[in-house]
Amino acid sequence: MSRIILTVKDLEIALDPSGVEIDHEVNFELVEGEVLGLVGESASGKTTAATSLLNFQRRGAAISGGSITIDDRDLLTLGATQLRQLRGGVISYVPQDPGSALNPALRIGLQLREILEVHGFGSSHAEREARIVEMMDEVVLPSTKEFLRRYPHQLSGGQQQRVALAMAFACRPKIIVLDEPTTGLDVTTQAHVLDTIRDLTRAHKAAAVYVTHDLAVVAELADRIAVMYAGRLVEIGPSNELFDGASHPYTRRLLHAIPVLTGRRTLEGIPGFAPRPGRRPPGCSFAPRCAYAVEQCSAAMPPEVVVSEMHRVRCWRHEEVRAQAPVLAKEDSGKPESSGKDGLVTVRGLTAWYGSKEILHDIDITLRPHECLALVGESGSGKTTLARCLAGLHPFKIQGDIEFRDKPLPRLARSRPRAVRGAIQYVFQNPYSSLNPRKTIAQILSQPLEMFFEFNTFEYSSNREEREKRLQKVLELVSLDETLLGRYPDQLSGGERQRVAIARALAADPTVLVCDEITSWLDVSVQASIVELLVRLQREIGLCMLFVTHNLALIRSIAYDVAVMSEGRIVEYGPTDDVLANPQAEYTKKLLADTPTIESRALRA
Amino acid sequence: MSDNLIPVNGAPVSDLDLGPDAGLGEPLEPRLGHDLGSAPARTKRRRREWVQLLIDAVHYRRTQIGLVLFCFILVVVLFGPYVAPHSPYQFVVRPFAHPSSTALLGGDSLGRDVLSRVLYGGRSVLGLAILATVIGLGLGVSLGLLAGYARPAIDDVVMRLLDVLLAFPQIVFVLLMVSVLGPRLWLIVLTVGLSHAPRVARVTRGATLEIKERDFIKAAESLGVSRIKIAFAEILPNISSPLLVEFGLRLTYSVGLIAGLSFLGFGMQPPTADWGLMINENALGISIQPYSVFIPVALIAILTIGVNLATDGLSRAMIGIERDTGAS
Repeated sequence: MSRIILTVKDLEIALDPSGVEIDHEVNFELVEGEVLGLVGESASGKTTAATSLLNFQRRGAAISGGSITIDDRDLLTLGATQLRQLRGGVISYVPQDPGSALNPALRIGLQLREILEVHGFGSSHAEREARIVEMMDEVVLPSTKEFLRRYPHQLSGGQQQRVALAMAFACRPKIIVLDEPTTGLDVTTQAHVLDTIRDLTRAHKAAAVYVTHDLAVVAELADRIAVMYAGRLVEIGPSNELFDGASHPYTRRLLHAIPVLTGRRTLEGIPGFAPRPGRRPPGCSFAPRCAYAVEQCSAAMPPEVVVSEMHRVRCWRHEEVRAQAPVLAKEDSGKPESSGKDGLVTVRGLTAWYGSKEILHDIDITLRPHECLALVGESGSGKTTLARCLAGLHPFKIQGDIEFRDKPLPRLARSRPRAVRGAIQYVFQNPYSSLNPRKTIAQILSQPLEMFFEFNTFEYSSNREEREKRLQKVLELVSLDETLLGRYPDQLSGGERQRVAIARALAADPTVLVCDEITSWLDVSVQASIVELLVRLQREIGLCMLFVTHNLALIRSIAYDVAVMSEGRIVEYGPTDDVLANPQAEYTKKLLADTPTIESRALRA
Repeated sequence: MSDNLIPVNGAPVSDLDLGPDAGLGEPLEPRLGHDLGSAPARTKRRRREWVQLLIDAVHYRRTQIGLVLFCFILVVVLFGPYVAPHSPYQFVVRPFAHPSSTALLGGDSLGRDVLSRVLYGGRSVLGLAILATVIGLGLGVSLGLLAGYARPAIDDVVMRLLDVLLAFPQIVFVLLMVSVLGPRLWLIVLTVGLSHAPRVARVTRGATLEIKERDFIKAAESLGVSRIKIAFAEILPNISSPLLVEFGLRLTYSVGLIAGLSFLGFGMQPPTADWGLMINENALGISIQPYSVFIPVALIAILTIGVNLATDGLSRAMIGIERDTGAS
């Protein structure tokens, strides 16, 4: 057993003036050289707990109790000077968004040097320069002078994140806190960054805390996993034990939400969402969403129970939970319906430019009625451009044919006939920017109704009732409550917003729905429920869908055909099962290998 | 960050739109007003952004001082005429008479009561300034939205034309117009408004350029909503905060310009009681009867400083909102 280097004991974090607790009774320790995955949905308090390891709290929150000990020193009692030496030197931090963490006005070489100088690393300038070169090699970036003279904006997202990693590892810290460092990156880049993290922690025997909402990401990386819910650690244990014998219902539900590569499975979201600080129910916070809940659960918070030496759980019924076998998402019994009908939307020889740059080359795809085609590729592969060409949102020149019901489709939505415009609807990637923050949900959903069905919002005319009926109907389709109609988008959670965005598209009564990476901004558990929704819509109203994503594991749950895109070309096109089981193109193989899943961990074990 | 739902000063964090924030992939939190129960109590009607902005701004000391100063002037202007001891045109004392019981602040160059003229003389300054500002803002916002949201070619044409107007200092532009067309009230209001338009348009255009890249604009476009409607119904409500600040700033300038025009003899004409005009009329007697000059000067100064302080508080509150919600 290696040495324990960090102990967190009864950590409590609360909102500063109000004293509302964010994190409560958080206990764990870190062993030299191990990677601990800290997993949970939004608002579970995981980031707050992670940054407290550096004795840092965002404005308005404060550590109100407990202790954090590194090498017998209590972090919470250190003065400002000591703390500064500790941060970056002994324990360092990699933020979620490297784009905002690196100073855009300074060259990366200077920023790396700064860290070393501040912490007095090495005795001479030459030694520090040598360390920079070494660091760059370790994070697999060029260490040439030219590269170090670049500014952060001259690097790609993955490169930026690796520079942030280099900065974090620069002074050879004992502990490194990684706050969702790969969430903004596509799978290929994510795989590289994860590899880098793994190599660095192994090589330097640094312990790491990896914060994420996606269990699949840490499945391979983490030695132990801690699951947080509503500010408490609900389960902590070695990865293997956690994946094979998850003892908390919440951990189970998280596992169900993860898309898998092998076998077609139905994803299950977790109904409801994590309660925010100040609104957490008494007793076990998960009880309202828990299938196992009994009376006792809402009466008292279950104590931490030791399952095995390293495995602790907070659940009254953990034994029963563990006894239940299936952990991975359920097998789907549904069969692909081979309609064999003609294409609803046919794209032939499509070439598109962005400015003067050709970014799509000679694309052929067919969308058939009632079927879903997945479009997969990494960022920059042109998949969004293709989706936008279909939706009439591509602002530049295109060439080739896009046909809808055998009639050519004008390039811009504005110039398409109204019926066609309504028939092809587009759902945007980011639900935080696709809804006008100044409009209520009712106003947002009324827009397509006014455009396509002449329901005027402002008139108390006879069709007002009709309009409200339609509003209710689309809300029902996306499983949203009517009470949301009077709210503004920022009063909704990410998942709810994306449902509103889908509802807006459905309000136009479309036959084709283009979904552009609509789950990439959402938690894994929310992603699962959105995919569930899309599958249901496809079945219930026979929508034809184009589902754009960078996550290969996801498509099995939703699409029967897949087109893999790379550098503006379709490199592989065929039934999902065939493509995933037996990929032909090199690119698809690489993409498959890079996709983090929980089975690859199982296979390894 | 994961849980950015911290109220500032106990008030709910305002609702300026969320940018991508640091939260790539991780949904930003809904605000505190968000109800989480399965039977959500209807949240009380949420404040509009600019109302929230006003409330936040009042927390700043400078806004409080500014508002107090502005309200003082407002009271003088609105209620002054009712409490004035004399008519502003009546000769009650000797020219430049010292303060006495008949004329509390003494007499002006023709022997009229300075106090009464001061109490009457604010209406023209404040009224015309507000009118001019409204005109300038309306024109500038329309042009700015047009330039920001229309095709690049139109943008270029509109903005270059406005640049020509911008090249003239405001006072020179207004003087030019007034001296050519004569000192008419409507002309003064119009030209002062016109001289604000390019400046307002720049601010509006800048804000528009940022908003128009958001997906909800593309969503409206894909539905085929008309461009005019998108500009005024989708974009305009999202730039209300900078425009509110701009209104305060332009009001300050309007007051200065209009008072300045009267002082120069191009604005209000004698015998009207007007602060700017009073300074001009009584400048000769400044050594004998300083009140007749300094009181109007002081009132104009209080008005502009008050509006300026309040505006400054507003813009600070706006930056605060942007910081708290991660909007850029």
